[in-house]
Amino acid sequence: MPGLGTLYGLGGATTHLMDLQHADLIVIQGSNFAENHPVGFRFALMAKERGATIVHVDPRFTRTSALADLYIPIRSGTDIAFTGGLINYVLSNDAWFKEYVLAYTSAALLVDPEFRDTEELDGMFSGYDPVSHTYDPKTWSYEVDESSPPAGGEGGASVHEGGKRPKSDPTLQHPRCVINVLKRHYARYTPEAVERITGAPQESFLKLARLLIANSGRDRTAVYAYAMGWAQHTVGVQNIRAAATLQALLGNTGRPGGGIMALRGHASIQGSTDIATLYDSFPGYLKVPTVEKNETTFAAWTKNHTMRSGRWAEYPAFAVSLLKAWYGEHARADNDWNFARLPLNTGDHSDLPMFFAMKDGEVEGLVLYGQNPAVGGQNAALQRGAMERLKWLVVRDIFETESASFWKREDSNPEDIGTEIFFLPVSGVAEKAGTFTNTMRLLQFHEKAVEPPGEARSDLGFTYELGKRLRALYADSTNPLDRPLLDLTWDYESDDPHERERGEADVEKVMREINGFRVEGGEHVRDSHDLRDDGSTACGAWIYCGMFPEPGRNLTRRRTADPAQPAAPGWGWSWPDNVRTLYNRASADPDGNPWSERKRLIWWDDASGAWQGNDVPNFPLHTAPSYRAPADARGDAAIDGDAPFVMLEYGRSEIFGVNGTADGPMPTHYEPRESPVGNALYPNVQYNPVLKEWRRRDNPYHAIGDPKYPYVVTTYRLTEHHASGVMSRQLPWLAELQPAAFCELSPELAVEKEIRNGDWVTIETARGEIEARALVTGRMQPFRLGAGRFVHQIGIPYHFGYKGEVRGDSANDLPPLVADPNVTIHEGKAFTGNIRRGRRSPFSSRTLELEVVPQTEQTPFGSPERPGPMPGPGAEGGMVEHEIVPPAEVMEAARIVHARAEARAAEEEEGTDEHA
Amino acid sequence: MSTPEHGFFTDVTLCIGCKACEVACKQWNQLPADGYAFSGNSYDNTNGLSATTWRHVAFVEQMDRVEPSASRWMMMSDVCKHCTNAGCLEACPTGAIVRNEFGDVYVQPDVCNGCGYCVPSCPFGVVAIQPEAGVAQKCTLCYDRQKDGLEPACAKSCPTDSITFGPVEELRALAEARVAKLHAEGREAHLYGVDGPETRDVGALNAFFLIPDRPEVFNLPPKPVLPSKFQRAAYTSGLLGALALTAVGLAVFRPKPWSA
Repeated sequence: MPGLGTLYGLGGATTHLMDLQHADLIVIQGSNFAENHPVGFRFALMAKERGATIVHVDPRFTRTSALADLYIPIRSGTDIAFTGGLINYVLSNDAWFKEYVLAYTSAALLVDPEFRDTEELDGMFSGYDPVSHTYDPKTWSYEVDESSPPAGGEGGASVHEGGKRPKSDPTLQHPRCVINVLKRHYARYTPEAVERITGAPQESFLKLARLLIANSGRDRTAVYAYAMGWAQHTVGVQNIRAAATLQALLGNTGRPGGGIMALRGHASIQGSTDIATLYDSFPGYLKVPTVEKNETTFAAWTKNHTMRSGRWAEYPAFAVSLLKAWYGEHARADNDWNFARLPLNTGDHSDLPMFFAMKDGEVEGLVLYGQNPAVGGQNAALQRGAMERLKWLVVRDIFETESASFWKREDSNPEDIGTEIFFLPVSGVAEKAGTFTNTMRLLQFHEKAVEPPGEARSDLGFTYELGKRLRALYADSTNPLDRPLLDLTWDYESDDPHERERGEADVEKVMREINGFRVEGGEHVRDSHDLRDDGSTACGAWIYCGMFPEPGRNLTRRRTADPAQPAAPGWGWSWPDNVRTLYNRASADPDGNPWSERKRLIWWDDASGAWQGNDVPNFPLHTAPSYRAPADARGDAAIDGDAPFVMLEYGRSEIFGVNGTADGPMPTHYEPRESPVGNALYPNVQYNPVLKEWRRRDNPYHAIGDPKYPYVVTTYRLTEHHASGVMSRQLPWLAELQPAAFCELSPELAVEKEIRNGDWVTIETARGEIEARALVTGRMQPFRLGAGRFVHQIGIPYHFGYKGEVRGDSANDLPPLVADPNVTIHEGKAFTGNIRRGRRSPFSSRTLELEVVPQTEQTPFGSPERPGPMPGPGAEGGMVEHEIVPPAEVMEAARIVHARAEARAAEEEEGTDEHA
Repeated sequence: MSTPEHGFFTDVTLCIGCKACEVACKQWNQLPADGYAFSGNSYDNTNGLSATTWRHVAFVEQMDRVEPSASRWMMMSDVCKHCTNAGCLEACPTGAIVRNEFGDVYVQPDVCNGCGYCVPSCPFGVVAIQPEAGVAQKCTLCYDRQKDGLEPACAKSCPTDSITFGPVEELRALAEARVAKLHAEGREAHLYGVDGPETRDVGALNAFFLIPDRPEVFNLPPKPVLPSKFQRAAYTSGLLGALALTAVGLAVFRPKPWSA
């Protein structure tokens, strides 16, 4: 989550679910909290019971809106315009939390004189390279204070040139002060502009702006909650950065009832990014060494990522400990800690490029652990087509998924498909022991409750066994290329004879390795400060240090719920160090006193010379507020006593992005890659100029304002199903609750297209067409973008596929593959399409699956391209409706639609009779 | 009775429509799915209580285009009301339906002969015959769980405490306080099944509701009537009818005296 990482330091929710109850205002945007996180939503309702206000900003009126005090409709893909409007309102009304902002953010620092804003460059930032279509972020930095002593220590990496301090102007008079740069950048985001772009009524927007201001400051706090509705956009990271910027200006982060609650989409998705399913990240967010940065030795690699101050100063210790955990005795000081065994990253090898490469025949095999791209993947027909070109495919799942059976779906011919598929049975959650790391970085251990059926095995047991067999196969090899496999420490043998016989590994042996231990003696490490860069410690993920501090004391097993301690510190264990609210040093003022009695969390206690309070301090325990780090200090000692964001250099939240987002230092409104309307803010830059795209015939994009595809389409999930439906559509109790693929549309659009509630409809894009039942509901509405300009939106849950108790077309056949430049996340939340009455023609999605892309359109290993600045039709252009059925006439129009439908049905019947 | 009466307080203003109660109920009581039909009626596809759906979440959309801020989408988890004067219990000829030690109306499946008299006697349309089992079925208020000191499955699974379980007296106090709080906030709130006009015949309900609108909006009868209420009038008119017919018969078919 670089959205949060670049601003605050760590890619994780800054707060925890239980803390929502202390909020005075909860803004839910880009999330359907109540539907997709119903258990966590309990704490939002507890806040409401205590008098807090809940506001929901969303394209659809959902079950979350139903419980909110204020619902604000907003067109999909315009969140930055909305949040930018709030930033502008807060800045122009001088309503930001001055003491907090001055002390804890980069507001007073001076931006590089070479920096040019979108306001000066017509929608682009300085540093754009028209050849590669990427930004060089050199000017997105601070002006260096040449007089400041260069920072010492051998830690070389610094976002601030030469390790020198940036210039600052605490009076905020200098025009290049970050806060003044922000003011100019967001000056265009007026309430009128917000309404014209997003469709959110101005009075609702202003109501929220006033609520935010009234509920921030010393005495009150507001919290933001978001989920996939922000992430799944070509500006996904910037969506989140915008809110993080706003929260920093309002002084809400690191304080009780404040911050940003990132709601993750799956049960342990936080855990799988922590350790570490991302192609560019090792466990604990260590970076995979890259060819691009020439990180071919241990020193070259760690030098690039070692910071002068804070925990990242210990990067070499974390890295050596990781290599010791992986390679044991084979990782030695004299062989560069076996660094040569690590893979080097050569480009974007995330999920999306991988499937293009597969489609182009560059990948032979694929192993799917509980993933179902045939339904869950964007442009799912392309993903099915990609899998058809594999030589072999392993699917491990609890049911036969669409991905395991795409070769026998109704309109495909198994004879044409050469993929050999191995479908393996898997233990369900209750059938194995392990941990979940949930949305708030909390680890909870769960025991095995029942025996798995037949030969079903846990993922851990399978992987362990696979490793053992591969190592046996290569045991006699002298080929150095086989060393990465043979050098691995691979001993997680279960001590339980029954589990061993079943081929299961010992979960706690794995957890011990992740937690870390001393190589001599083997005692567990207690926290990440114990890790050393001399090879004396091994640790699988430094952020998890301390979860298992000694044998027999696995803190993730704890289940102490104490009503007197709402943060529940005795329940499970959260990283880092069981901290529940990150950056909680910010809950006290620069002198170490709580900002107010009502909002106290931790504070400095002079008598004991330590921080104390109701949470584990996310700060060096004995660093007094008055401490000023000497220039040559490193690590924790280099953190000033009033610098709460300990993972960042100088410890201030970076509201001007100097930490490497690819698409600009400040969030800027760009339209989605596919949009019916022009960018009203910057007409010459229609969409994110550095987004990742794949212009190929199996991934066609719609033109802006293409009349063939006039409506915004968005996909999402329902409470009743989970993701691609593998677990829920097979279960009758869940299947009966939402038994059919359906789409939601407004009565206005339904009348226009002569669609009745419950009718079959077909939704189409250039990628394919799907059929679904129509759910006509007032909860969907056309967005009014100024006088006589309306945009309709269609919503489709994406849970359905061609296997299971209940079946239906997959909504993911519709969106294109296009991605955010920072994390390569797709844009399933906003694209364009059309809708018509009636069912689709059979075999309609097959074309794209079979499409063979000529070499000229392929890119090496599916790597993406960037569009550069593309002009759009501007503020007045695009595909809009100039009038819609007025509210008072909807019912009458619907009656006419029904009458016509009945007449058509009667006619058809007559025709059939005559024919007979 | 030694145990105080136990029941449900279901608060519509806290319901997020997640249907966890429906699923938890079906799982605990091992009830089958009712079939897979898309209703088009908001997010409700199970449509109502049945012999195999003992908790049912109703979805009420009140979307207002003219006054958008007045728009509401309300969800209510419906259930057997466990009435003080239960129509089903009155009508049951075999004694299968009893009031158990927790004060709840309970159908004993081994005694029920499936005659179905209870079905039209419930003014809420709750109880129904399960054809395969051949018996009447409805919410048992998780009698088996209560026996073991556990709360019913639906209340246990409710993430927002929209469903609370406990001694009815305590629940009523809780509900009164909640209504007062909502009224203080200027929000609409009524209790259904405590002492309103709906309790005239059926008495207070052990499973009662807090609703933010009129009962009809949630498919609850504003004045549920027990069929037995008509019993006296029915018998009286029946008797009078019989007498009248006798009189008419006597008049018409009066034996004539033998003519000489």
